[in-house]
Amino acid sequence: MTVWVSLAYLVAAVLFILGLIELSSPKSARRGNQIAAVGMVIALGATIPLLHFTTAGVVITIIGILIGVPIGAIGARQVKMTAIPQMVALFNGVGGGAAAVVAVSELLVKGSHPAFAVAFPSVFSIVIGSVSFAGSLIAFSKLQALLTGTPITYPGQQIVNGVLALAILGLAVYLIAIASTPVIFVPLLILGLVLGVAFVLPIGGADMPVVISMLNAFTGLAVAASGFVLGNFALIVAGTLVGASGTLLTRLMSDAMGRSLGNVLFGAFGTVTAGPAGATSAEGKSVRSGTPEDIGTLLAYSRKVIIVPGYGLAVAQGQHAVKELADELEKRGVEVEYAIHPVAGRMPGHMNVLLAEANVPYDQLKEMDQINDEFKSTDVALVVGANDVVNPAAENSPGSPIYGMPILNADQAKNIVFMKRSMRPGFAGIDNELLYDPKTIMLFGDAKDSLMKLVAAVKAA
Amino acid sequence: MNDNSLLNEFTIFVLAIFIGFEVISKVPTILHTPLMSGTNAIHGIILVGAILIAATASDPLQIVLGLVAVILATINVVGGFVVTDRMLEMFKGRQPAKPAQTTPPEKPAG
Repeated sequence: MTVWVSLAYLVAAVLFILGLIELSSPKSARRGNQIAAVGMVIALGATIPLLHFTTAGVVITIIGILIGVPIGAIGARQVKMTAIPQMVALFNGVGGGAAAVVAVSELLVKGSHPAFAVAFPSVFSIVIGSVSFAGSLIAFSKLQALLTGTPITYPGQQIVNGVLALAILGLAVYLIAIASTPVIFVPLLILGLVLGVAFVLPIGGADMPVVISMLNAFTGLAVAASGFVLGNFALIVAGTLVGASGTLLTRLMSDAMGRSLGNVLFGAFGTVTAGPAGATSAEGKSVRSGTPEDIGTLLAYSRKVIIVPGYGLAVAQGQHAVKELADELEKRGVEVEYAIHPVAGRMPGHMNVLLAEANVPYDQLKEMDQINDEFKSTDVALVVGANDVVNPAAENSPGSPIYGMPILNADQAKNIVFMKRSMRPGFAGIDNELLYDPKTIMLFGDAKDSLMKLVAAVKAA
Repeated sequence: MNDNSLLNEFTIFVLAIFIGFEVISKVPTILHTPLMSGTNAIHGIILVGAILIAATASDPLQIVLGLVAVILATINVVGGFVVTDRMLEMFKGRQPAKPAQTTPPEKPAG
């Protein structure tokens, strides 16, 4: 490796770091991503011309890129904004897979009795990379509703997972210390894939963002490990940056849900249980439902309305309709704001992306801490396709699985309008007593349809 | 690989951990999703590794592994950056944002 390649890698690493710094403010975030992309181009540009390609090497590199570019570009261009989380999971998974394959290939080249400095990171990369690959595919399937979003559990699951992890550890030690032949990586790879699947299956769909973030950090570390195997600085720096930042981001996300990471990963959160929380609610209570006309009038003659958007809004593609309703209300002098829960949507910040798509200016979007005191002086809290983020059980029902999660104080508003498809519980699978509150009016139906009806009703009022 | 270069790599690794923690700690919640996606694109650097192993491939097994690695890594890097850009493209306040947040419109990158 020449000095110039090393210098180019240094420039790339600096650009990655600058990109991440720029990504931390909404104004410069887009430029940050572009700076990081430039870093990537420099790293690739410095590497490729100096390689001694075999004929087959040239061919597969070109073919591989020609296949990969359209898949990545079209996937990223076509994906609906609502499906962003699972798309990120997929892109993350393939990265983890690539890291594992690189390590396997390099181990084969090094032959029997690899040095510890090669064997250890290889094994690490193979295991973590394949866990990330398989885990991300399961996360994708859950969010895409190819698999059920509720946790998939069976008796003795933790034991099975523990045995799997031990088997991997044993094989890994064997491969590093004793093995004369690298063929043993095959069972290691397979066990890693199985562990990835087994690990993510019992985690509920509502927790997938945290899992994806963690697998993102995993892939980063696997890439760094592959960097050690290849002796490549660019991989080590970039992979480690992602590993460290991803770990921190994962913690921030589980903090936002008011739960520990351990609880997210091993709590099988969201199973429908007959626990103390479920037993006391729902039975024998009635809900009040209203017509769009009633609710439209209520909204039109309010002074202040806070909209609480949730994933249901995104699924119904209702973000433009909600913007139209807000515009219509503002024309009549009603003060309209949006209350964004940290985990509204499927990931922190997901709801902001969706509303930004509908041209809602971001200074109207209020974070939880900014707006929670305003509900008291609000005439109508309009909850559109959200549920768990306004569930008072998080505050007053210690038995509830979401107990301790910070919520939006929609229950303090003078009126609460819930727009929902049905009485079905939210993503976390927990009943919401706010639905039965005497101040609450239900408006059943598809969020977008209902919003259009409300727009018409407000115009007529 | 001699001991010294391993030590150098390890030094870089440890320092990168600290930088990774440091740059992230100031990110507001609304940018968490784009940030996750952005870091996801950065670990697409594995494409460099994939091309390194693909370049010297000669026997059939290496050729298959190299091809698979290049395809997967390319999807990661291209998809990652494009989808992040699409998200961030939409982050524009139509009304000018709070005056306190104004930053110089142009700053040379790098």
